Amino acid sequence: MTESSSSLTHSASQTSGQTYGNGSDESRAFVPSSRHLLGIQGLHPSRIEPILDLAESYVLMNRSRKTPRDLLRGRTLINLFFEDSTRTRTSFELAGKRLGADVVNMSVAQSSVNKGETLLDTAATLNAMRADLLVIRHSQSGAPALLARKVDACVINAGDGTHEHPTQALLDALTIRRHFGQIGGLTVAICGDVSHSRVARSNIHLLTSVGARVRVIGPPTLVPGAISALGVEVFHSMEEGLRDADVVMMLRLQKERMASGQIPSMREFFRFFGLDRRRLALAKPGALVMHPGPMNRGVEIDSRVADSDQSAIQEQVEMGVAVRMAVIDRLIRAGQN
Amino acid sequence: MTTLLFENVRLIDPASGLDEPGRLLVKDGRIAGRDRAGAEGAPEAAAVIDGGGAVLCPGLVDMRVEIGEPGHEYRETVSSASRAAFAGGVTSVAVLPTGTPAIDDPAMVRLLCSRGQAADTVSLLPYGALTKGCRGEELAEIGLLAEAGAVAFTDGAKAVGPARLMRQALTYARAFDAMVVQHPEEPSLAGAGCATDGELAVRLGLPGIPTAAEAIMIARDIRLAELTKGRLHFGHVSTAEGVELIRQAKARGLNVTCDTAPPYFDLNETAIGNFRTWSKLSPPLRPEADRQAVCAGLADGTIDAIASDHTPRDADDKRLPFAQAAAGGTGLATLLAITLARVHDGTLGLSDALALMTSRPARLLRSAAGTLATGALADLCLFAPDRIWQIIAKDLPGQAHNTPFDGRAVEGKVLGTWKAGVRVFGDAP
Repeated sequence: MTESSSSLTHSASQTSGQTYGNGSDESRAFVPSSRHLLGIQGLHPSRIEPILDLAESYVLMNRSRKTPRDLLRGRTLINLFFEDSTRTRTSFELAGKRLGADVVNMSVAQSSVNKGETLLDTAATLNAMRADLLVIRHSQSGAPALLARKVDACVINAGDGTHEHPTQALLDALTIRRHFGQIGGLTVAICGDVSHSRVARSNIHLLTSVGARVRVIGPPTLVPGAISALGVEVFHSMEEGLRDADVVMMLRLQKERMASGQIPSMREFFRFFGLDRRRLALAKPGALVMHPGPMNRGVEIDSRVADSDQSAIQEQVEMGVAVRMAVIDRLIRAGQN
Repeated sequence: MTTLLFENVRLIDPASGLDEPGRLLVKDGRIAGRDRAGAEGAPEAAAVIDGGGAVLCPGLVDMRVEIGEPGHEYRETVSSASRAAFAGGVTSVAVLPTGTPAIDDPAMVRLLCSRGQAADTVSLLPYGALTKGCRGEELAEIGLLAEAGAVAFTDGAKAVGPARLMRQALTYARAFDAMVVQHPEEPSLAGAGCATDGELAVRLGLPGIPTAAEAIMIARDIRLAELTKGRLHFGHVSTAEGVELIRQAKARGLNVTCDTAPPYFDLNETAIGNFRTWSKLSPPLRPEADRQAVCAGLADGTIDAIASDHTPRDADDKRLPFAQAAAGGTGLATLLAITLARVHDGTLGLSDALALMTSRPARLLRSAAGTLATGALADLCLFAPDRIWQIIAKDLPGQAHNTPFDGRAVEGKVLGTWKAGVRVFGDAP
């Protein structure tokens, strides 16, 4: 499992035998709940596989345009996006609608939050509206966890800050599994801005927990030193890190990284950390190329690679809808029991 | 006036090294004398308080406390802070100058001092702002503030960033023999970080602050203290490297001191768990190895004082995503109980632990408090070192309930607190 590191299991509370955090709501210890999907960390592989299996069946149903539209009849799914994202929001919207749920999109621009309504006020409002599922994207790590403590609905994290993006990792896993038949034993290279990537974190947790070998490749300013504690191998050279990789997963580079001085320029980044055909040739023949989108062509990935036969980027988008249907399905069923 | 006789108590006065069963006599608000256990007789009309074998020590002197006044009364007021302090056996608090406005004017120092003289109010020892408005740009009127009663100078939890400004502060403060208190965190390195750099911050996706941010600031300022011969003190030291740098500076005979706070020797970073904002502090909680080093620094005397680092925050300040939530935790009511955990686990002797909260901070602040000497004000704390209770945030006295110790079971309960001979906490006998 991902909780392999021993350095986090020592605490003063444990050494002195004290119990903390029984007193109030704010401090209640976190227990991974089956009611929400807040992250991949702490999710046992035995709970991941069934989601992927279910998603497989939704892939077929989506292709034949026969989805169980009565499954979520009368249920309400609210897309609560504090950060702009067309593709993830659309993917959740389609997933909900194909299962028959009423889907409402709330784009909460940051400005209206700054007008004074806090996240928890928003949560209370949505709670009063009796939503069954809340899909939340937020710029702050931990925002969905905060929300989940205050609402009755199932909460799905659609990306929080630099923390996690669990449905992305699940759809990536499904894409890989369909391509290779299994994930265990594969070598996956995750490349680029690992520091600021929730996609990278969720993928690292998922892939390591099901037995893949994970490498991260990027400039040292964009790869946190402690990331190796998550069970990955760290490289600062694409040439070394891509060698014999089965899967090459590129991350999106945000323009802010230049402003904050973490890399000097886009062209320097592409020169050393961009994925072009020459570098891809170092990976295993036929290695799978992935990208969570939206791509910066010519920054982290060359168009000829992005559009090549080896690219699974469009398939990822298709798997996204199926995986989100599976997640919604399972959470709603778990809530019924 | 009144005469009080404490009987059947274990008297501990770290200032004089006294630790024995005995009796303590208080007359007209001052300590009038003491004798050994078994002595007979009592002055006429003395009210006798039977301590039942509990410890009677000087009222605690807490050298790092934020109060919401002025400007943030919704967080806490002088009167609510006093209730929290008295419940924790604390009778004197050094108040950080970081209110709105900052305490950078002599009139405000005088106001705070006089408010602390009220019988039902904890004694207030105001810090003066080190820089005007605590903005970190130009020096405040250190001389005038000192004359008005400021006990030391600091910008609170804001580090003085520019080395040139820090040099000036340490140099200029020498004219008034004033102590400069630094928040040991290099601000440009800390940036917007809100957790200690490392595995936990990476897992939670929180911007990290390397522990080196503390070491760099401490190393720099020690060098500046050497250059200027100024009196330098570091507040809430929390890292192994920081403690070691101060240990070495002391060994070289430099005039450098420091304090720490209970979270840094009782909790580690895992307390932030799944984004638990009540454990968000500044400096942030550290890995276990740092916590152990802080304990070692307490045990060998490198750390001069334990302060509560009391930082009241409203629930709305805390119920936010972690990076946006306010940092800080309350600590007045729990200072003694958490510190006693280090006595019960053998890290500190009882008298040494009390010295860290009485005589030693009093000496740093040049305060007459923190002693059982005859003639001293009868600021007293009576506590049962082994009595068990549980810290429940919402039940703690005071206005703010943002303790990082919610749910913690502790051993050691304050039974009574007296300020100038007047009982301000605990049931009258």
